[in-house]
Amino acid sequence: MTRPLINAEALRGAVKVTRAGSVPLPSDAAPPAAPPARYDFAGAALKQAKAVATAVVPPLIVLFLMLVFWQLATSAPNSSLPSPTKIWADSKDLIVSPFFNYGPQDLGLGWRVLVSLERVAYGFGLAAIAGIALGALVGQSQWAMRGLDPIFQVLRTVPPLAWLPLSLAAFRDANPSAIFVIFITAIWPIIINTAVGIRNIPQDYRNVAAVLRLNQLEFFWRIMLPSAAPYIFTGLRIGVGLSWLAIVAAEMLTGGVGIGFFIWDAWNSSRLSDIIVALVYIGVVGFLLDRLVALVGRIAARGAPGV
Amino acid sequence: MIPQKPLLKLEQVDKAFERGGQSSVVLKGVDLAVEKGEFVSIIGHSGCGKSTMLNLIAGLTRVTSGVVFLENKVVDAPGPDRAVVFQNHSLLPWLSVYDNVRIGVDKVFFRTKSRAERHLWTMEKLELVQMAHARDKRPSEISGGMKQRVGIARALAMEPKVLLMDEPFGALDALTRAHLQDQVMAIHAGLQNTVIMITHDVDEAVLLSDRIVMMTNGPAAKIGEILTVDLPRPRKRLELVADPAYIRARQRVLEFLYERHGFVEAA
Ligand SMILES: Nc1ncnc2c1ncn2[C@@H]1O[C@H](COP(=O)(O)OP(=O)(O)OP(=O)(O)O)[C@@H](O)[C@H]1O
Ligand SMILES: [Mg+2]
Repeated sequence: MTRPLINAEALRGAVKVTRAGSVPLPSDAAPPAAPPARYDFAGAALKQAKAVATAVVPPLIVLFLMLVFWQLATSAPNSSLPSPTKIWADSKDLIVSPFFNYGPQDLGLGWRVLVSLERVAYGFGLAAIAGIALGALVGQSQWAMRGLDPIFQVLRTVPPLAWLPLSLAAFRDANPSAIFVIFITAIWPIIINTAVGIRNIPQDYRNVAAVLRLNQLEFFWRIMLPSAAPYIFTGLRIGVGLSWLAIVAAEMLTGGVGIGFFIWDAWNSSRLSDIIVALVYIGVVGFLLDRLVALVGRIAARGAPGV
Repeated sequence: MIPQKPLLKLEQVDKAFERGGQSSVVLKGVDLAVEKGEFVSIIGHSGCGKSTMLNLIAGLTRVTSGVVFLENKVVDAPGPDRAVVFQNHSLLPWLSVYDNVRIGVDKVFFRTKSRAERHLWTMEKLELVQMAHARDKRPSEISGGMKQRVGIARALAMEPKVLLMDEPFGALDALTRAHLQDQVMAIHAGLQNTVIMITHDVDEAVLLSDRIVMMTNGPAAKIGEILTVDLPRPRKRLELVADPAYIRARQRVLEFLYERHGFVEAA
């Protein structure tokens, strides 16, 4: 199902929904409580349980307080927003079973998130490859920097959704357009951070490469990438966050099965509870994406200075 | 090739750096010839242009005028035949000790040695500096003296025609320093390789060198004097302390550095 809805009203609606939803969005990423100490090293286990507890208990308390406050604030019968108990009553199936499938109109949110993630994977993957390559060029060559950097600096301030009409006109299809929007959103921080990382390669490493007579390709793999890895991963992390922001907004306008369109659809049929559940899904997935890229970065940067 | 020709030759080398339209002359009219198998030290006050001179020989910077010859060929680019031991070790922190040496071996002997031979060659050089036991460690996990030793192994593993060392022991404590000096002397005795070493340390220069090149103060520094150190090898640091030839050589260098070219503030 691909019906592009590009008009001012749609955009206003999108912003309205996001704003309304972003306030009560709780940090719902708290992992389950510490596992019971089962093995012999009771002391060590206790210590670990304590560490986990100090990480988990405060957000749980805050979450609980927020829910209570929210319940009180929205419990009036004429309240415009649903209360937590009402959400539970309305959207229990969405909360408890993410992967039900009753046909394309009635899918679990897990499936919808996966569809959105697939688009992000394409768009972000392409952005990572192109961004690192372009960033390497800009970081490596004075002339490329003088020529390209000002253009990048202007283009990166264009809001993601502003690219959507153009990309719909170019691709004439919703799915590649959404992927393009992800690509164009994520690529700027990747380019810029990669370029900074490469400009910061110590002269010593360049001298080593020069004495060894490494060729361009060897220099790229053996010196540039590892030396600039911390910067590159900072760029990738910002990029994946922006991708996730952009996909939801883009899907609202392009339709399809993604989580973004689900929100738009729910708004059109006044299912506010569903929207709030979807927001929680989006927040948790965005958080996990960020952690995933950070983790990959830590693994990749093993052995680099200060790690 | 003409047999008498020295291995390395600097002819009327000038070096000026351009910065913001202004040009500052660092080296002016440097002439030097180094024979095969010689151990030459370069000594001079901080900022006079020693590193600049080494970088010119290494090909890392270009001469402004004059020529650097290696085996009668003009030096105009860096290469593994002039391997450098850098002042601050410059090991690649994401590679293990072994891989830091191996990367050079793979590059230089890609065609001429098999994989197994390259492995043996790498291990042999690590053993030469007594670092084979730490082959899998990262540079961040070993001490400063060990890093410098790996740096020396990396340079030696490229089998350079000239080994260039820029204050290789500058950042080390006195004991580690003495130990490494002995190792470098032993390696030089064994390989009979050609070495150019920059140093700040008069004792180090006299102990290790066949000749000591003394630089005048910058700007526009040149070679002020070259002292030949006539001490038989192998040299033992404890026996040398009382050796009259050693004391004389030491005095000559000190005189040059502190009387004739005393350190000038903000030279
Ligand atoms: N890339 C450069 N651009 C401009 N000036 C430079 C550059 N490299 C060195 N110089 C200048 O050349 C002079 C000599 O520097 P050099 O590093 O060769 O001194 P040095 O004798 O090695 O000193 P030290 O003993 O402290 O290492 C210094 O005045 C320095 O400021
Ligand atoms: Mg120096």
